Amino acid sequence: MSSDLSDLYQEVVLEHSKRPRNYRVVEGHSHEAAGHNPLCGDQLSVTMKVEGDVIRDIGFQGQGCAISKASASLMTGAVKDKTRAEAEALFERVHKLVTEGPEGVDVDALGKLAVLSGVSEFPARVKCASLAWHTLRAALEGRGEAVSTE
Amino acid sequence: MSGFDVQRVREDFPILRQEVRGRPLVYLDSAATSQKPQAVIDAIVRFYQHDNANVHRGVHVLSERSTEAYEGARETVRRFINARDAKEIIFVRGTTEAINLVAQTYGRKHLGPGDEVLITHIEHHANIVPWRMLCEQTGAVLKVIPVDERGELKLDEADAMMTERTRILAVSHVSNALGTVTPVKELTRRAHAKGIPVLVDGAQAVTHFPVDVQDIGCDFYAFSGHKMFGPTGIGVLYGRMERLEPLPPYQGGGDMILSVTMEKVTYNRVPHRFEAGTPDLAGAVGLAAAIRYLESLGMANVAAHDQELLAYATQALESVPGLRIVGQAREKSAVLSFLLEDIHPHDVGTILDREGICIRTGHHCAQPVMQFFKVPATSRASLALYNTREDVDALVRGLHKVLEVFK
Ligand SMILES: Cc1ncc(COP(=O)(O)O)c(C=O)c1O
Repeated sequence: MSSDLSDLYQEVVLEHSKRPRNYRVVEGHSHEAAGHNPLCGDQLSVTMKVEGDVIRDIGFQGQGCAISKASASLMTGAVKDKTRAEAEALFERVHKLVTEGPEGVDVDALGKLAVLSGVSEFPARVKCASLAWHTLRAALEGRGEAVSTE
Repeated sequence: MSGFDVQRVREDFPILRQEVRGRPLVYLDSAATSQKPQAVIDAIVRFYQHDNANVHRGVHVLSERSTEAYEGARETVRRFINARDAKEIIFVRGTTEAINLVAQTYGRKHLGPGDEVLITHIEHHANIVPWRMLCEQTGAVLKVIPVDERGELKLDEADAMMTERTRILAVSHVSNALGTVTPVKELTRRAHAKGIPVLVDGAQAVTHFPVDVQDIGCDFYAFSGHKMFGPTGIGVLYGRMERLEPLPPYQGGGDMILSVTMEKVTYNRVPHRFEAGTPDLAGAVGLAAAIRYLESLGMANVAAHDQELLAYATQALESVPGLRIVGQAREKSAVLSFLLEDIHPHDVGTILDREGICIRTGHHCAQPVMQFFKVPATSRASLALYNTREDVDALVRGLHKVLEVFK
């Protein structure tokens, strides 16, 4: 496998895409949104229970490629028990990571999400990696609907 | 195959002579758009270098030449699809515009509340959305001929759907998502028996086999230059003269009028009535060059090559473990839509791309087809006259690589 391919499809990415975490509708959720990539038809939904300022529980469901599923799965793990502001800051970091690459990004602060760094070598796949995050933001803002048009 | 040497054909296409990502380019996305032979590129360059001027307007030598080139292209198109009269050839931007033109002229004139437009479940969005819009504008109803698991139209149900309210049947000759070749001649016969005009979307047909619009008998036939080795920005609407003659104009502007005062406009004759504004002159010249190129190869030879390669590719793909071909019509054109295990087509496409192999992934602008087969997307390899068995072999090797990544 060429090295940028193995950067994209890292072990962790493949594993999360095959066995996504938090693949469910959060019971009694307070926030939700549906995300959609009109170009490729990928769809996913995010449901959350937000208490005060903190995301207490989060789940996602939907269909998409390995990158979008893994990104969603990793996202649910990363933002659980985080405040809105922390989730938003993570979004910014992930966005920079998948569009510009790891340089200038505090990769340590990203934890497992750092495995998405390979995406930046594949401009056509940036929108796959960011769909879940746009959907998360829409849910937090109470918009209900998000579109990824990177 | 007599007279058809694919290696020589490949040499006519400069774009194929390159390496991408360190590997020889394998282009399997001609259903999206085809590559252009040198003859087409040269014709466009020559037009701009020698003949360019606006048509139908000047008295000078260049205008004469460009008008001759443009009207000559019309005659070349006529010959290619065996229309009766070059006036039945309208130059448009592409298939999409051709269908919109019919919807907004014929459709606006003839449809009212409760009337019906009949399409099929395998249409490209270009042959769905203009009719949906027309229905919203007129109160007409969209009816859809269903498809079966093979990807063939359910002809027995089509008959019952042609009612006394049906004002037009719009059907693609070849499905871009499945490769299905539809029986347009038979459908036209049945529709005409009930007085229903027929529009055929031929975008995916004219590149693969000879098309004779008089033999089909249809009223309208639409196709795009860029899918048949010609340039982008030019396409054709063929319409039988007795259908075109009574139609109102499509867009207003220069060239489509005979006289204009502030009180009254007299519209030009067919086909100019439907060609408002300066048309894509170089595009028409390029399209004519593409047609001459196809004629020099012989469409029958092209068809034989494509069918032979389709059979080879079908067998080769079926040998890949976990691969399922979507669209198994008995009469098929050189399009292979497929699913590989439960690997998403985007991942398939990305990995193949790194091998220098271009395929299309997604819904192929045919979401109703995807909905019928209950998949969000497929991978699609489409073959053209410059593709070889080696291209297919490279695809198969690439697919094994995909399986390796996802094992
Ligand atoms: C069957 C079919 N119809 C219509 C179209 C639209 O053609 P164009 O985009 O050139 O107008 C396409 C092209 O994708 C097609 O495959």
